[in-house]
Amino acid sequence: MQVTMSVNGEEVTKEIEGRLLLVHFIRDHLGLTGTHWGCDTSNCGTCVVWMDDEPVKSCTVLAAMAGGRTVRTVEGLEVDGVLDPVQQGFIECHGLQCGFCTPGMMMTARALLDENPNPSEEEIREAISGQICRCTGYSTIIRSIQWAAAKEAETPVTVGSAS
Amino acid sequence: MQVPAPFEYERATSVDHAIALMDRLGSEARLVAGGHSLLPMMKLRLANFEYLIDINDLHDELGFIRVTDDEVRIGAMTRHRELLESDELAAVFPIFRDAEKVIADPVVRNRGTLGGSLCQADPSEDLSAVCTTLNASCVIRSGDGERIVGMEEFHVGPYETAVADGQMLTEIRIPVRAGGSSAYEKVERRAGDWAVVSSGAAIWMDGANIADARVGLAAVGPNTTGIPGIAEALAGQPPSDELFAQAGAIAAASANPSTDMRGSAEYKTHLANELTQRALRRAAARAQEA
Repeated sequence: MQVTMSVNGEEVTKEIEGRLLLVHFIRDHLGLTGTHWGCDTSNCGTCVVWMDDEPVKSCTVLAAMAGGRTVRTVEGLEVDGVLDPVQQGFIECHGLQCGFCTPGMMMTARALLDENPNPSEEEIREAISGQICRCTGYSTIIRSIQWAAAKEAETPVTVGSAS
Repeated sequence: MQVPAPFEYERATSVDHAIALMDRLGSEARLVAGGHSLLPMMKLRLANFEYLIDINDLHDELGFIRVTDDEVRIGAMTRHRELLESDELAAVFPIFRDAEKVIADPVVRNRGTLGGSLCQADPSEDLSAVCTTLNASCVIRSGDGERIVGMEEFHVGPYETAVADGQMLTEIRIPVRAGGSSAYEKVERRAGDWAVVSSGAAIWMDGANIADARVGLAAVGPNTTGIPGIAEALAGQPPSDELFAQAGAIAAASANPSTDMRGSAEYKTHLANELTQRALRRAAARAQEA
């Protein structure tokens, strides 16, 4: 079957099998390997991308289900060479060690800050509760997201548009 | 890599279209809503279908929460997140928000639906216990029209419902009765996990006394009855810890859990008792505040 969707603002059309999962479509068919493929059971959250502006676990969505919809991956966070404040925050506050959970963490964090620009620590913990970091780096991940929130409060940003 | 067996993907654009597709494709077709129960089962090859009919485009038609004075109607495509965030729903049935806070995680709640949860009919699933507690009815549509069944009839057994081939759950309806409130208590091994045991409680007050009560349990074996023994024990009595201890004992006696990796049968029976007491206490306190 043929599927067409918008990925990071670009329309893509591919011939796929109905059973292809969105995570494999993104990684193997589009070569966007920033999205990671982890537990394959919708537990770990490293495969989180946005579909129609909402974070979803792409190991548990069919590529066909994303047909006609708008997808944004971690590659879509950077705009014109400028890192999203969330990405910058992960650099500033050492929000990653091995980096495996990072794409999902950042996509979920971006969605949180778009909805709630000034989240409490508890709200951040709740937002990333569907993500697992096996380096146990949650404290620095939370600090990274807080850094981004503070940065955006200081300098309002307009990156955050999905297309 | 976990990949489903091959199937043909179809996308429905309306309820009528979905039913027409099911009629045409027969028993080898299955509907997929959020997909967070069905796709994992297909990836494990526990479920294999020749056709998968995607009904996510039906969210406009079946994603709704309508609250009136005597009834709440919720569309089957209403997502967990919408159930969690609806202030209108929380005002009349706070049990929904209690339960949704502890169902999976925020990202999964963006996709999973009420209808999908009920149709999965997992014995540990929380919304089935909520709907049992509230005495919900399920609207099932087919090419021949609509029929309405109670939760006891809907829930045939583990992973089995009254929804037959060519039929779909479109809506649930919950009666609103005066003086009522509700609550949900769950013990899980880690945040967002399936219940070790959950208990939902609804209480309707008549002045200072309890007029009626229902309890719905999850993860303690097949149980979709609302436990009439509890209503009998509580009716006409003022709320008290002693009374709720009696109700907890009745809940434990009607539980039939099995020992598994989530806990021993003994522990789960203890939880059925304790969580029923806690849920009844909270529901009663809320009903008295209202």
